[in-house]
Amino acid sequence: MSKSEVKLLVDGKRLDGRLPEELRNIEMKVDVVSRADGSAMVKFGNTIAIAAVYGPRPLYPKHLQEARTGVLRCRYNMAPFSVVERKNPGPDRRSIEISKVIRLALEPAIFLEEFPKAAIDVFVEIIQADGSTRVTGINAASLALATAGVPMKDLVVACSAGKIENTLILDLTGLEDNNSESDMAFAMMPSKKKITLLQMDGLLNREEIKKLMDMCEKACGKIYEMQKKAIREKFLVKS
Amino acid sequence: MNGEYALDLIEKGKRIDGRDFLEFRKIEIEKNLIKNAEGSARVKFGETEVIASVKFDVDEPFPDTPEEGVLIVNAEFTPLASPDFEPGPPTEDAIELARVVDRGIRASKCIKMEELCIKPGEKVWYVFVDIHVINDKGNLLDASALASLVALLDAKLPKFDGEKIIRGEFERNLPVEFKPINVSVCKVKDNFLVDPTLEEEEIVDAKLSVCVRDDGKICALQKQGEKELSFEDVEKIIEIALMKSEEIRKMVS
Repeated sequence: MSKSEVKLLVDGKRLDGRLPEELRNIEMKVDVVSRADGSAMVKFGNTIAIAAVYGPRPLYPKHLQEARTGVLRCRYNMAPFSVVERKNPGPDRRSIEISKVIRLALEPAIFLEEFPKAAIDVFVEIIQADGSTRVTGINAASLALATAGVPMKDLVVACSAGKIENTLILDLTGLEDNNSESDMAFAMMPSKKKITLLQMDGLLNREEIKKLMDMCEKACGKIYEMQKKAIREKFLVKS
Repeated sequence: MNGEYALDLIEKGKRIDGRDFLEFRKIEIEKNLIKNAEGSARVKFGETEVIASVKFDVDEPFPDTPEEGVLIVNAEFTPLASPDFEPGPPTEDAIELARVVDRGIRASKCIKMEELCIKPGEKVWYVFVDIHVINDKGNLLDASALASLVALLDAKLPKFDGEKIIRGEFERNLPVEFKPINVSVCKVKDNFLVDPTLEEEEIVDAKLSVCVRDDGKICALQKQGEKELSFEDVEKIIEIALMKSEEIRKMVS
């Protein structure tokens, strides 16, 4: 691979001034789509994801129904204007795969068996992309599910990590992602420390994978608190 | 139905076909079977059968890698391979499989892409890996990744006269430097097993596919399955994959 000539680390700091293990500025807001049963917006730096949940609702056509459990359906989509070079609208191979891994990342947290014959639909739209879009989308989707009142074992919290210029870093920007030696997408349910998404590509040894996962766990702890705060801000009755 | 039987057995420390938890089915590898492809392989894991072929083309490089060849991996779950596969555009599972195989090949730097440049910015070799599932009896991913690797090792670059490809005449072998091997480790209750059969795939809680390079570096991970994994599970799975990948690599010359 011919890496571009950009230097991504200067004096131990990243191009946006962050330290290797520092997250970008994160913003979260729930209930941003009034038509939806639950919704949320999450920003990781310049990456913006909006998620909306519809359901549990009856699933049609009927042959898609499951007698003993509900069906979770997810769609990850990037807006044509979310990237520098306009993206053709509609699903491509990448977004189809990401839709699947988002579904599998959320599924362990949801008590789907309480909703036989029903569907829970999660729609994730990336309206601005600057790296780490799938994990930003998962954070938004998890908040949207919670605000829709879907019974869950825990919130699902996600973050990305990777390796640039031989340094392990958290929360990759688009530029870092494109030039990284390795990158990892990670999601977990923090209360029981269970991993629900783990993807990596690059070249790492076992110790580095462990270190990256530990970094992600720590970061997820912080993001988890922000998620809970975002929900409280909306629903807490101030006396 | 058979899934429940497989689960019962696993809880008793046994498997439906009598294998140990960390034992592969019989792996059979055959090379160079498709005359019209520049490289090909058939891989069987027990009754699971996959054919992968390599075809080449010459076209413009991508703008961000003007001096490198291009790799494109595609998988077809043909309806002949299983009653669960239907004709039509590739399913989510087929797309995921192709993308995981692609990442293993790409991230391991298996192919020397920089040697596939004909004229910088204008003409480079395109490497198409097409995976065709012939019979699905479980563990398609590991079989497909292995078939793709063997097909790449088998592949010869055709002659190119500056204008067009001369099919049937060859210039050199495709420059392959590393051998990425994919091992998917399944978690069923508290047990770990490799190479699941179709029955076992029904009852797998979670699965982590680990792609390992010759030097023991891990080049791709993909978690699958409906349930979660703990941090200890991931470590254990990586350990198993490091060990089992060596076994498969020995079969690939």
